Amino acid sequence: MKVKVISRSTEEFTRERSQDLQRVFRNYDPALRPQEKAVEYARAVNAAKLEKIFARPFVGAMDGHADGVSCMAKNPNHLKGIFSASMDGDIRLWDMASRRTVCQYPGHKGAVRGLTVSTDGTILISCGTDCTVRLWSVPIAGAGESEDSSRNVSKPLIVYAWKHAFWAVDHQWNGNVFATAGAQVDIWDHNRSEPLNTFGWGNETSVSVRFNPAEPNLLATSASDRSIVIYDLRMSSPARKLIMKTKTNSIAWNPMEPMNFTAANEDCNCYSYDARKLDEAKCVHQDHVSAVMDIDYSPTGREFVTGSYDRTVRIFQYNGGRSREIYHTKRMQRVFCVKYSCDGTYLISGSDDTNLRLWKAKASEQLGVVLPRERKKQEYLDAVKDRYKHLPEVNRIVRHRHLPKPIYKAANLRRTIIEAERTKEKRRKAHSAPGSISAQSYRKRRIIREVE
Amino acid sequence: MRGYGADLESLKDKKLKGQLSVKEQLYGQSAKAAAKTEKWIMPTEGGSLVAEGLEKTWRMKQEDIISEVDILSSRKACDISLRVLGPYTLVYTLNGRNMLMAGRKGELATIDMLTMNLIKNFQVKETVRDVVFLQDGQTFAAAQKKYVYIYNRDGTEIHCLKEHEAPQSLQYLEKHFLLSSINKYGQLHYQDVSTGEMVANYRTGLGGARAMRTNTFNAVIGLGHPGGKVTMWKPTSVKPLVSMLCHHGPVTAMAFHTDGRLMATAGMDRKIKLWDLRKYQVLRSFAGHARTLDFSQRGLLAVGNGSFVDIWRDSGGDQSFMDRYMNHSMVKGYQVGRVRFRPYEDVLGIGHSNGISSVLVPGSGEPNFDSWVANPYETRQQRREKEVRALLDKLQPETIMLDPGRIGTVRPTRATEAEEEDVAEVEKEAAIAAAKASALKHKTKGRNKPSKMLKKKQEGIERVKRSFMELPPERESKKLKKTEEVELPRSLQRFAKKKSS
Repeated sequence: MKVKVISRSTEEFTRERSQDLQRVFRNYDPALRPQEKAVEYARAVNAAKLEKIFARPFVGAMDGHADGVSCMAKNPNHLKGIFSASMDGDIRLWDMASRRTVCQYPGHKGAVRGLTVSTDGTILISCGTDCTVRLWSVPIAGAGESEDSSRNVSKPLIVYAWKHAFWAVDHQWNGNVFATAGAQVDIWDHNRSEPLNTFGWGNETSVSVRFNPAEPNLLATSASDRSIVIYDLRMSSPARKLIMKTKTNSIAWNPMEPMNFTAANEDCNCYSYDARKLDEAKCVHQDHVSAVMDIDYSPTGREFVTGSYDRTVRIFQYNGGRSREIYHTKRMQRVFCVKYSCDGTYLISGSDDTNLRLWKAKASEQLGVVLPRERKKQEYLDAVKDRYKHLPEVNRIVRHRHLPKPIYKAANLRRTIIEAERTKEKRRKAHSAPGSISAQSYRKRRIIREVE
Repeated sequence: MRGYGADLESLKDKKLKGQLSVKEQLYGQSAKAAAKTEKWIMPTEGGSLVAEGLEKTWRMKQEDIISEVDILSSRKACDISLRVLGPYTLVYTLNGRNMLMAGRKGELATIDMLTMNLIKNFQVKETVRDVVFLQDGQTFAAAQKKYVYIYNRDGTEIHCLKEHEAPQSLQYLEKHFLLSSINKYGQLHYQDVSTGEMVANYRTGLGGARAMRTNTFNAVIGLGHPGGKVTMWKPTSVKPLVSMLCHHGPVTAMAFHTDGRLMATAGMDRKIKLWDLRKYQVLRSFAGHARTLDFSQRGLLAVGNGSFVDIWRDSGGDQSFMDRYMNHSMVKGYQVGRVRFRPYEDVLGIGHSNGISSVLVPGSGEPNFDSWVANPYETRQQRREKEVRALLDKLQPETIMLDPGRIGTVRPTRATEAEEEDVAEVEKEAAIAAAKASALKHKTKGRNKPSKMLKKKQEGIERVKRSFMELPPERESKKLKKTEEVELPRSLQRFAKKKSS
């Protein structure tokens, strides 16, 4: 007869020297783990609570401007720096790590309306209400970090004067050309003092302009006649025009899905469109209670940040109808511009109270070097929380945010109004002949028409 | 992520549902991949006893097995003979590392089974009826004559739990940190040993249970009562979850299979029954007495009776056909008090009237342990870390339920309730409309005054509305009262409840 008994030798299962790691043996049989679902659920609740405990999104404020911050620009070649310009014509380059001004560029006589950096990161282009476009040279990354070069003051490389005030400027992602928005959309080259080309459709001023990240000849502008126009540089006439019910303040292209862009609108919503099919919005992002002033996408293309006139900054998922996160401070007044940092970890918001504020994109993230075990633990906690976040107990904790009272009340009011309108519509439809009133989806409702 | 999938049916948000179902699919795939790698990462093979030719496995004696097996394993079969302090009962820790033996007349001893060292031996000079290990394998609770006492590793009495009076059996739920006891009056107590609060205190009403076991699958406590009933309890309900009449006489022993689907009970009516816990029906019934029962990790059933221990094994795979696997007879005169399989080893511990014996039972233990569930080679640091993690993951007593997969699901009754209400409303409105539309008979000879016709119509509508109300009209309640009075026979009328007039 054959007999075999479990026999384990202690040497195989324990470590030899005290400097070795402990040996770990795994058996994934679920029978060894009773009530695992309850344990995971308990961990999800605890993970949600811990996330709230560690949520400290505000990193710091950059103080220095004398008037409200009107626009900002990121340098794609330098992670740590950000340019900002204010309503009194003061342009500064900040070092985000020390939150100090590295370089100042005085010169503009009125408000600076647009800032952008060229593709190679060496030239800063600014435009303002004093009808000038100025090109400045950007200091090289290493030189900007020594202490004595703070309060560095530069002269512009060149100043181009033109006929009308400018409202926005943007540079091609991969090229030599930049576009300004004003009474018309002008296309400039660095070395020419006159625009290469001028686009205009209708008599209205263009308020913002953005080049497409993947297609260098495509750009989108928004005008004060409530329209969004897409231009192609190779054609002499504009490509498409979309007229909405309210004005769009800013547009941002999704860097990972370059055919989609999101427009920040005056009616407190952001609308994501597919540039190929403009008759219906892909997604409507609702949550702000006042006009959305600026929008910027994360380099991952999965999230975007919006700053609004209601003194809050919100982060949305690229396909989410509601915001994932809201940041507010008592001292932060109307937010005029927001930027996502180039590594996707921070947001910078520039507001009316002359400060730029640095926030974390994930409020409870641990910054700095994270050990592999810590990182794995955090990933596990995120995954287990995501698994159960649709259940009421976990959802209540994950969704909870403190809102300032005016915003809370304004949001309630908006909700009541929208609900009332919806009920009215439903009743009208119910009491009218079937088929006489057609339901219009919310994504289409805000569009008046599309024009070729 | 190893638990069952999250319940997505209750979700109305289609986008979120889509995202979560994609993730759940991913988890399912990774679980399948983990199962495939099993044969490469499992270091140990299980035990087995294969009969060759005309031999039968149940004729194999321990001496034969010991002679065939290697030295380390043969050392695991041992006999500890202590005659003085009464019949002995034993319990192992969850990782099979430590064993605690308790003599009825008051002896307590903890032994480290890996090194066969005696950790601590002391006398309490009182009857000790039952013992359990608590959260780490070092603290333990003893059900003594009057109260339950908790001792630490060095034998120091840490706590005296006075609310448990005259306890007979103890059970410990590890994930919930709940210590529960039953006494001879049938009072079931649940106490949280991490915070010290008494969670529940129930009178079973069925007398003191001699058999008390935990179903490890769902943390439900099963009690076997002297009336033949087996009840299953959870700490948050006054009534038992399940109450089944199992035997014609008192239930003497019971055991739960590790997967929670099988229960073995033995009664004084000379029957040992195997129950299916999904349908609550008898699967198999054997004849025989049993003083004690235990299931091993691999599904072997040990039956202790008199001075014999029988071990049964299911050869069909679905526990419907159990045949005799092994048999161990002790020295005549030794009465077997308790049998317990040692986790992760092929060893069966027998507590009898003269001490403790361990016998080798090939194929009873799970050969491959998971270090993060139960590690027999735990170091002190790992043990401490494990205790802290267990406290962080402690489950609340409300999570104990018969079907543990129901956690994380949402009760869908609201929708159906609303639907029923809607349906009832529609019916009501239809009935009222019909009543309003009904034409009254046109009476002659001046009896169809408009006011009277209107009143009759209103009465008809009221009647219809009343029939949909929940409370019955007053006439019906008066009738009920009259019938109550009539029911009592005349001789007992004076004991009838007096009407408050």
